[in-house]
Amino acid sequence: MNDFAFHAPTSLKEAADLLAQYDGEGKIMSGGTALILLLKQSLVQPDHLISLHRVPEARGIEVKDGVLHIGGLVTQREAEQSAVVREATPLLANAYSRVATVRIRNAATVGGGLAQADPAQDPPASLLVLNASVKVMSSSSERVIPIEDWFVDYYETSIAEDEIVTELLVPVQPKDLGWTYIKYLPRTEDDYATVAVAALGKTKNGKITEARVGLGAVAATALRASDLEAALVGADAKLDVLKDASQGIADIVDPTSDPRGSADYKRDMAVVFARRALEQVLGVV
Amino acid sequence: MTTTPIKQNVNVTVNGKPYSAEVPTYRTLVDFLRYDLGLTGTKETCSVGVCGACTVTLDGKMISSCITLAVRVDGADIQTIEGVANGDELHPIQQAFIDNGGFQCGACTPGQIMATKALLEENPHPTEDEIKQWMMGNLCRCTGYYQIIDSIKAAAEKM
Repeated sequence: MNDFAFHAPTSLKEAADLLAQYDGEGKIMSGGTALILLLKQSLVQPDHLISLHRVPEARGIEVKDGVLHIGGLVTQREAEQSAVVREATPLLANAYSRVATVRIRNAATVGGGLAQADPAQDPPASLLVLNASVKVMSSSSERVIPIEDWFVDYYETSIAEDEIVTELLVPVQPKDLGWTYIKYLPRTEDDYATVAVAALGKTKNGKITEARVGLGAVAATALRASDLEAALVGADAKLDVLKDASQGIADIVDPTSDPRGSADYKRDMAVVFARRALEQVLGVV
Repeated sequence: MTTTPIKQNVNVTVNGKPYSAEVPTYRTLVDFLRYDLGLTGTKETCSVGVCGACTVTLDGKMISSCITLAVRVDGADIQTIEGVANGDELHPIQQAFIDNGGFQCGACTPGQIMATKALLEENPHPTEDEIKQWMMGNLCRCTGYYQIIDSIKAAAEKM
């Protein structure tokens, strides 16, 4: 790790002011589970590390006007265990419960995970299909960014250098939608997925009336399969329909080969697991 | 890098005892415990938060001390393996690991014990499945997992 000055501000405003003051030389740390690995590899070399552990704000979880608000400093363990999150968005609570291990979830925060934006993380596929958005602040302003505009590239989001993630906003998951999060991982259960699929959907009189599919670990960012979703609405909720429609997944993913599987294997598995997720949420057997 | 490291004072309570040391800001908690405080019971194995050998609790929550900065725990309460036994009297979890062959080489054992303690404090009577879910973050390269699960079950019965 490089040499850095360590700061422990006691409010978000103070943290944002420090970020502004150090103008590109400061880095925010919340749980540190990802950032410290980058520091150890010298991939990130800040002159000033600004830790949020003494900040009392951004730690709440509540539902307001049909939208779940999770503070950026809520740990992933708290998000997973929260009765409010489980009730409002069971899909998201499940996604957080699948992240790494209890030890990591005790430290890693919701906001930190969003800022880290590793495409193989568990929550992003669910956040995409739940139409979430991310609230960020700088020392002088605040803005809300829809999740489809949040993830830009590998480890890259649309957050500016002087901004901090303060809140995750998630519309309450409609109760009449089936939901699933499939994390396919042939190695160990605490690993990142080889292919991850989050899906929501429903049928009426044998026809698909809604289908949402998000994919993780198969491209530079998590992806939403919008063309597939559009093609399915109005179609028969039948296995051969899902089989045909999900073939198109192979064209939208762009995986890399790594120890979790070759690019070709991941592309094939993305098709298979998208179909299986749809089978589950649509009740197709 | 030839400059003098930036240092900060860290005041911390470890196993109920106050400690103070001035350390470089980049010092990890596991190095702080081992080299600055001389508490070498906590082991560092993978250094990337995966293996669980360096498990300690920070304000009651188990964390990986290899991916936590020492300056981050200033003012905090830390529990390590050294605080588990009561003097010469072993904790029931430690005794259960001995009675059930819950370790072989012992490198992972401090982390296994700390993770077990955190589990039983949150869930005193875990099912085998709950034990596996909780403990999957603690690797044993001697692969003595069945004995570890037996040890945890035995400890839960005794406590």
